[in-house]
Amino acid sequence: MKCLVVAEHDGATVRAGSLAALGFAADVAAQTGGSTTWLILGHELNDVSQHAARYAAVLAGDHPLLAAPTADRYAAVIDDQTRRGEFDLVVAAASTFAKDVVGRAGGLLGGAMASDVVAHRWENDRLVMQRPMYAGAVLATVVLSGSPQIVTVRPTAYAAPQPRTEPAEIATVGIDAETLPQHIEWLELETRPTHRPDVSEAQIVVSGGRAIRDRDDFERLIGGLADALGGATGSSRALVDAGITPNEFQVGQTGKIVAPELYCAVGISGAVQHLAGMKNSKMIVAINQDADAPIFEVADYGLVGDVYQVVPELIQRLKDEPDRHHPPPES
Amino acid sequence: MKILVPCKRVPDADQKIEVHPDGSAIISAHLPFLLNPFDAIAVEEAVRIREQRDGETEILAVTIGEEVCQDELRTALAMGADRALLVVCLQPPDPWNVARILRAVTQREQPDLVLMGKQAVDDDSNQVGQFLAALLDWPQATFASRLNFVDNGLRVARETDAGLETVTVSLPAVVTTDLRLNEPRYASLTSILKARKQSIDQFCLADLAVELEPRLEIRHLETTASARSCQWVTSAAELVDRLRRETH
Ligand SMILES: Cc1cc2nc3c(=O)[nH]c(=O)nc-3n(C[C@H](O)[C@H](O)[C@H](O)COP(=O)(O)OP(=O)(O)OC[C@H]3O[C@@H](n4cnc5c(N)ncnc54)[C@H](O)[C@@H]3O)c2cc1C
Ligand SMILES: Nc1ncnc2c1ncn2[C@@H]1O[C@H](COP(=O)(O)O)[C@@H](O)[C@H]1O
Repeated sequence: MKCLVVAEHDGATVRAGSLAALGFAADVAAQTGGSTTWLILGHELNDVSQHAARYAAVLAGDHPLLAAPTADRYAAVIDDQTRRGEFDLVVAAASTFAKDVVGRAGGLLGGAMASDVVAHRWENDRLVMQRPMYAGAVLATVVLSGSPQIVTVRPTAYAAPQPRTEPAEIATVGIDAETLPQHIEWLELETRPTHRPDVSEAQIVVSGGRAIRDRDDFERLIGGLADALGGATGSSRALVDAGITPNEFQVGQTGKIVAPELYCAVGISGAVQHLAGMKNSKMIVAINQDADAPIFEVADYGLVGDVYQVVPELIQRLKDEPDRHHPPPES
Repeated sequence: MKILVPCKRVPDADQKIEVHPDGSAIISAHLPFLLNPFDAIAVEEAVRIREQRDGETEILAVTIGEEVCQDELRTALAMGADRALLVVCLQPPDPWNVARILRAVTQREQPDLVLMGKQAVDDDSNQVGQFLAALLDWPQATFASRLNFVDNGLRVARETDAGLETVTVSLPAVVTTDLRLNEPRYASLTSILKARKQSIDQFCLADLAVELEPRLEIRHLETTASARSCQWVTSAAELVDRLRRETH
């Protein structure tokens, strides 16, 4: 299959999730004698194109009208490039960007789309995929009919391919400003600055739940533990609803899906919607005062206690021990 | 202003989902069903818009499915929808076909706004709103956290992975709801009783001149289970010790 991978980027590098999506596409291409190509959209794409070209050939759609990811314009370009290049498969990492933009492109391209794919195989000339349903309680085996096929994959289920020895070709695609739809005007993005890694990309995630009473406590306990472990912070829906954490912290069925090396659930009960977002983490530690909380059913280590007592002690002990998570710079 | 609110019947998420031994479908016989929570948020928002506009708004709830899906339409009516429409479809349609049927309903009803859930919590596809907007060539604002009418359309704050993004879209538009948009009201007993008596329009696919075009075929379902067993530690010191050994 000829695969087009829609990249998500910060202007400098392609996001880790998109590299995982490329990993999926590269495997499909290898099994089917196909190829992989990036589609990168935005403005001033030199740096990110060079980064991407270390992995696969690049089509770059660079235009001031594409500076912000507006779904109508982006989807129009994806649609156009998919048809022109006669791609069989359009792939992206399952993120809010892809759900919005690639979902709309899927509608323009005939609707053969599978979201959140976690496994695949090539069988009797069909791409057979698996995707979770019902908050991850059920795994569905699906096939798509129609071409092209549109797939978003869970980055947690795929690995980035090895970089190439020589960078691949970078081609720019023409953007016709006249025909680009302009029904959506992008105004602003409000983010809270943080020194911590992104929760979807971190190797260690510490998440807080309703046990945490306010923003200061979240920063002191959850932020403090994340810093002591060198990780990111996340939360359950309860804290987002309460205005204690921003929406992008929400881990779960309808938030972010994570699978870090270590996930610490602090004062989180373990509702199915939360478990859906973290139960595939490599190691799960739960701290909760209720020994019957469902979070312990998915945990490797459980500690029954009051987070207001346990967590400060944990932070202190981690700080006291030899610096294993932040090795000193080599002198 | 006319607002179309697609509503889906989904199993209650608090219930354990089981699959038939042959993997063909979930066992739904004794499952309680309800209105998809994101669609309830959409109905609530539509009712609030009507309240702000002194009633000059018509809210039409529509669902695609079997006769029993009328239950969820009645939930929408009890929450304040003015009319309800059932498009009878005996097999559960995939997102592409839901979007195509909704396009036909939209063309017939000419709403100014389609307000719907970002995701159905059974299939978790998160596709229909985006497909519908593409099919209609309307602007979209997905994952809405706040809506305001402005001169040239709607200003929408969107919940994205990177933070809260604000866009304006011209009308007509498709808007999909996220959790923070509002907290849906509980319908009062009187409105529930009233909704029971309200008539529900019914269409079949032929009435809408839609033929299904299958795109997503579900071949097999299986349940997943956690294989972990929890090892209990009794102190922070012991936990740090375990973590150190596991991660060396
Ligand atoms: C449509 C829909 C989508 C949803 N999507 C998501 C999602 O994506 N992500 C998500 O997380 N949720 C989601 N939810 C919400 C989910 O159902 C739960 O309500 C939520 O996860 C609960 O958060 P919590 O565990 O923090 O709070 P609670 O369930 O209230 O649990 C708090 C826990 O903290 C413990 N505790 C309290 N005080 C202390 C203390 N001092 N020390 C130790 N332990 C203490 C309690 O024993 C309890 O177990 C969704 C719900 C719906 C309806
Ligand atoms: N059978 C259906 N009837 C009415 N609306 C639906 C149906 N299926 C999906 N929808 C709408 O599409 C939204 C997104 O669904 P999905 O793309 O399947 O996750 C839901 O929140 C509903 O508003």
